[in-house]
Amino acid sequence: MKLTKLVAAAALAIAAASPALADLVLPSLSYRTGPYAVNGIPVADGFADYLTMLNARDGGIGGVPIKMIECETGYNTEKGVECYEATKGEGALIYSPLSTGITYQLIPKATADGIPVHSMGYGRTSAANGKVFEWIFNYPATYWDGASIAINHILALENNDIKGKKIALVYHNSGYGKEPIRTLEELAKKHGFELSLLPVDHPGQEQKSQWLSIRQQKPDYVLMWGWGVMNPVAIQEAANIRFPMDHFIGIWWSGSENDVLPAGAGSNGYKALALANPGDGYPIMADMKKYVYDAGKSAGAGDQVGTVLYMRGMYQALLSTEAIRKAQEMSGEMNVTPAMVRDGMEALNITEELMAARGMPGFGPAFQVSCANHGGSGIAKIQQWDATTKKWSLVTDWISADRSIIDPLIAEDSEAFAKENNITERACN
Amino acid sequence: MLYREAGDFKTTYSKDSQTFPIKFDRIGYYLILIVAFGVVPFFIDSYWANAVFVPFLIYAIAALGLNILTGYCGQVSLGTGGFMAVGAYACYKFMTSFPDLNIFFCVLLAGLITALVGMLFGLPSLRIKGFYLAVATLAAQFFLVWLFNKVGWFYNYSASGQITAPERSLMGIIITGPNTEAWAKYLFCLVFVVLLAWLARNLTRSNTGRSWMAIRDMDIAAEIIGVNPLVAKLSAFAVSSFFIGVAGALFFSVYLGAVEVGEVFGIQKSFLILFMIILGGLGSIFGSIIGAAFLVLLPVLLKNVLVGTLGWQTDIAVHVEFLIVGGLIVTFLILEPHGLAALWRTVKEKLRLWPFPH
Repeated sequence: MKLTKLVAAAALAIAAASPALADLVLPSLSYRTGPYAVNGIPVADGFADYLTMLNARDGGIGGVPIKMIECETGYNTEKGVECYEATKGEGALIYSPLSTGITYQLIPKATADGIPVHSMGYGRTSAANGKVFEWIFNYPATYWDGASIAINHILALENNDIKGKKIALVYHNSGYGKEPIRTLEELAKKHGFELSLLPVDHPGQEQKSQWLSIRQQKPDYVLMWGWGVMNPVAIQEAANIRFPMDHFIGIWWSGSENDVLPAGAGSNGYKALALANPGDGYPIMADMKKYVYDAGKSAGAGDQVGTVLYMRGMYQALLSTEAIRKAQEMSGEMNVTPAMVRDGMEALNITEELMAARGMPGFGPAFQVSCANHGGSGIAKIQQWDATTKKWSLVTDWISADRSIIDPLIAEDSEAFAKENNITERACN
Repeated sequence: MLYREAGDFKTTYSKDSQTFPIKFDRIGYYLILIVAFGVVPFFIDSYWANAVFVPFLIYAIAALGLNILTGYCGQVSLGTGGFMAVGAYACYKFMTSFPDLNIFFCVLLAGLITALVGMLFGLPSLRIKGFYLAVATLAAQFFLVWLFNKVGWFYNYSASGQITAPERSLMGIIITGPNTEAWAKYLFCLVFVVLLAWLARNLTRSNTGRSWMAIRDMDIAAEIIGVNPLVAKLSAFAVSSFFIGVAGALFFSVYLGAVEVGEVFGIQKSFLILFMIILGGLGSIFGSIIGAAFLVLLPVLLKNVLVGTLGWQTDIAVHVEFLIVGGLIVTFLILEPHGLAALWRTVKEKLRLWPFPH
């Protein structure tokens, strides 16, 4: 009798101690330390500040407050796994680890645990095939889109003829940097340009030999897939060998203020892809100022506001919260589960009107996610750095990727993954 | 009080030379085994398995391996990360080329492949010593990582150059892949740790182990008394690499599931494992395990205390964690240069005499 009482009391105590699952939990797998912190901090700050603003202004989403759990990964896979295990028990709704390596880790794990992963413009490109990757999303654009968009921009500059031109790819020697190679090889076959590959090892501070060979080979264009400390070093090295900066194009992860500022005037004219517009002239910033900055609730040091990657972090938070909102609408349930959020992500329709209603008109592309397409619209703009005004400016409108090259590649790669892991394709209507 | 040795007489040679001659130690050892095999698997959840126990067990195997080479045979190696990569990639190739092969044998075969590679890179040790050998093994580290990045065959030409462990099971229980239960991961690694630690303990007090130690203490003297340096050094490299290869295979297949060679098996890994054995105690089995525990568990513990309990900002917590771990390492090395194992030895001597030290 006494024992049963004791057990019951203990069970009650445990039930009382465990947190009531009333909050919407969004884990932030960030990195504010290590060689990638220079890019990790603004994204983490933007993500946190947007959620703080929503909590202060609207009381969360649909009246349910958002609880953000930040966990430091240091861009390291082992720590990423630890963070995932530590946060998933808290009821995490969406993972966005901001690291292709960690995304690769999470793809099988999150699929088994039934938690959606949103790798926004990074991660495994073939996850765009929603028939195979049920829980993984990489909208609004993928790396292969990025590679194709960069080549399309070069085609436009060269009057659609790049036969015999030399294009070099300087890339982070990891899963992230290797992603575009397949697509670039196919595009090289199609357009007849010569592709040379120059890997840069982690963390990317040592690039003398790569830029020496660029100096010798004299490629017409250089593309870059860099991240963290690798970006400013590459831009500095390019400036040192007097490589024409407007022929140097980075992916959307190599185009923030922190990447170009260290090279000073030398970086003038450097181009990068833009996943969304640079600059912070949006109505939402008034709310951010009122509810976050002026209230003293800024994440981090608060010195990153308005930079490209800070806005990218806000965009990530916006897309995550819109998916949750959609899930609430669809299920009629305010305390959504990860499975409902997954359905919400799949039904996500980001229109111009929606972006305007959220105070960010025209910031990112309009796109629609579907059961089969988890990759979004796959479009980007090109932005160029002006070293005198210290501002990015857009030089093109939205550029589309070459679907005739990318779609078969995605089908092929996702099919290989499905075969390796005994996944049967979902039927999508 | 704790050690009551009165009346504990050894009447046979086998009793006198057993691994744990003191009864209290023996009981403690069996208790730990019973808890590890019989209690922990029933309570372990995926956080404890993936963030604490599995990495600790795998690092313990790697530290054991390096300790055989460095602690027992005196050959400094900085190629541990590279040899772990050999184990991981060999395991991956076995898993994908022979889908029906039992995962247990995949891991063992991966260890054997690594042993061969280790012997190959151990050849220079017959000519060069000390720092020079460390530099030669450093070359192995960089060469192996470069090789696995460069040659597509090793990663089955996957687009990202990553290797991903397919699902494999042992007697109907899934061991690798995302659907693995926490206890299965834990037990699989635990079995390897116990088997390999037992093997290492018995090797080091056999003829082979004594010849390693003779080489370590003074190689010319060892040669004069009839120890063949070729056999001794290469066998140390082979056994050490076997352990490290098994650790690499488990690291990839059971722990992480997907691996990128440059990031996971880089030079930092070599240093981390070297720190483990220096901190734990060179030439000690217990030291390898306690060193691995110290460097794996302390950061996780500090993170949970600083961020989880005290609510600090994550970046400050990480920096403070560096300070604390670094400070502790320096303090330990000043106070006890022979590592945690030697510290324990001193404490044990005191405890055996206590409360009557005279």
